[in-house]
Amino acid sequence: MHAAGSTFPQRVTIAIHDQRLQGALAHASGGFVHKRAAQVAALPEFEALRERARSVKEHVLDNLDAYLERYEEQVTRRGGHVHWASTAEDAQRIILGICREAGAKTVTKGKSMVSEEIGLNAALEAAGHEVIETDLGEYIIQLAKEPPSHIIVPAVHKTREQVADLFDEHHRPLGYTKHLTEVGEMVDEARQVLRQHYFRADVGITGGNFLIAETGSSIIVTNEGNGDLTQTLARVHIVTAGIERVVPTLGDAATFLRLLARSATGQEITSYVTLSTGPRRADDLDGPQEYHVVLVDNGRSKMLGGPFREMLRCIRCGACLNHCPVYSAIGGHAYGWVYPGPMGSVLTPLITGLSTAYDLPNACTLNGRCQTVCPVKIPLPGLLRELRRQQFESALTPGPIRFALKAWAALARRPRLYHLKMRVAIALLSRFGRRRGALSWLPLAGGWTGTRDLPAPQGRTFQQAWSARKGARP
Amino acid sequence: MSAGASEGRARVLADIRQSLGRSSAAPEAIVPLPGTGPRPAFDGDPVERFVAKMLEKSATLARIASLGKVGAEVERYVASVSAGRRLCVSKALAATAWPPGFEIEHRAAVREDETSVTPCFAAIAESGSIVTLSGADTPSTLNFVPENHIVVVHASQVVRHIEDVWAQWRASGRTMPRTINIISGPSRTADIEQTIQLGAHGPRRLHILLLAD
Repeated sequence: MHAAGSTFPQRVTIAIHDQRLQGALAHASGGFVHKRAAQVAALPEFEALRERARSVKEHVLDNLDAYLERYEEQVTRRGGHVHWASTAEDAQRIILGICREAGAKTVTKGKSMVSEEIGLNAALEAAGHEVIETDLGEYIIQLAKEPPSHIIVPAVHKTREQVADLFDEHHRPLGYTKHLTEVGEMVDEARQVLRQHYFRADVGITGGNFLIAETGSSIIVTNEGNGDLTQTLARVHIVTAGIERVVPTLGDAATFLRLLARSATGQEITSYVTLSTGPRRADDLDGPQEYHVVLVDNGRSKMLGGPFREMLRCIRCGACLNHCPVYSAIGGHAYGWVYPGPMGSVLTPLITGLSTAYDLPNACTLNGRCQTVCPVKIPLPGLLRELRRQQFESALTPGPIRFALKAWAALARRPRLYHLKMRVAIALLSRFGRRRGALSWLPLAGGWTGTRDLPAPQGRTFQQAWSARKGARP
Repeated sequence: MSAGASEGRARVLADIRQSLGRSSAAPEAIVPLPGTGPRPAFDGDPVERFVAKMLEKSATLARIASLGKVGAEVERYVASVSAGRRLCVSKALAATAWPPGFEIEHRAAVREDETSVTPCFAAIAESGSIVTLSGADTPSTLNFVPENHIVVVHASQVVRHIEDVWAQWRASGRTMPRTINIISGPSRTADIEQTIQLGAHGPRRLHILLLAD
């Protein structure tokens, strides 16, 4: 999947004027924030867990090659197969190969952001496989032919009326003729429709929240149970996971489990946490006959050696999205690719290219809430600033903005000149705005004053006011 | 492994090593990170905490005096949820005596199964969870396919933290099972308008039979 064709400002304009989207976003915002806050308040160890998780991730990144080799050795020992994909295309090719080998017709899927990142569904469908998303949110957006708008709740932008319409359209041919109005009825209908697919699936694909080097296990963290049905009932289970998902031990996994659900949905723990290790054993009565893990690099190893290394600590909880004022105003689709919000604004330019996602690092107020709630303490505002700096260095920043930034930098480096200019400018603005107390137009800032007034300054700069205040003190 | 496959492995590892500033493989032994993550402290009886936490997560629970009472409680429970008297039961509970009229089958679960009864490997007080290991007598489909999942938990199986489950597994000398399921309540979803709905894909109900011991 590639970053959407329209421009970011166009998508933002559409999102802000989409009343249904605004309604859905207003409905969603707050819920996760309050639930998370309650969980954090109830756990005095939360801060210590964050610090530990940060150290474990840094330790893993320092030894990433060795931990991946150790993980692979354990998976192999238990009868599983590990595949290494350097690029999204490699990952597609490997998974298509496994499906072909298995003679697969139907492929069921649990929620996996990596599979969105590598454009897996389109590749599977192009190769003639029937693909069924089984997570309710993913199922809804698959019916709507849309990408997820949130990494934890993919259909957060849909209202129940929109879901009912989608079910009308897609379930009627299956014999479900009643128009639904209640959420409970919709969940039930999706349950019935999806049930049959689990049992006839040839291949089940899930993500992996964590990979444990000690035991060769992959972990999925879910509430619906769809991931478990997907991976238990299909003949072949494929796990897709980024190379950064490995953790050393079972004990480390416990630390991350305590942080993940609390940060993501404000739950103490999700209904299901499942460790999978290899295919069914000789005397098992159920489980897949084959177990494959596809480790996806797709730009991650490059991030490891540069200023964005800390982004590799991300555990995809979505807390930064939930706490971001920009995400809450425009929703996930405006970001143009699969990862939205602050983490997406860092990842998307790094994976798809600095120039294709130019606007994302700039669509940030640097308010810092994302960093404050991040369970692995990723300095997201700092990384976004670094992206802006690299855009400027590589001349991606548009001409007028470059000019303004250069002028500003020149001024800011000369304090005397800066203060002089400020005194003049503030005095002038104060005089022009004296009558109304506000300015409705400013040269070179028509875009800003087009929709709002600038309150007029009071006549003195902060420095002047500060000096006067100090002078006035006894 | 095909040539293409080993090439992918070599490339990913080489790219990682280049970024880490290493020209060849890391030294054989990784120096482990010292210390462990903090375990949430809590007061009071772990068994009572387990009960409270399970109920918080929309499971139901009945306390029974002995294994001999399992049959009667299951009979009461299936009647209360209007489920049938055919049960898919873990072979580990084969010794249980069932009231007349019950059909008991020991196998993996199929679509038609309404109710399963399983043991657990451990239960966790910290989070209110039961832990099952897959195996010949404990197929994991029993945990996910039927509408009602009934779990027999001995009070002595309740441990404080997740780490205690790992320790218990290591001490048991068992090899790693295909799956370890940590289950904390029935299946749920909030994917439509953040409205919590039980019974998304897995069991609609999780019922705990807690044995005093």
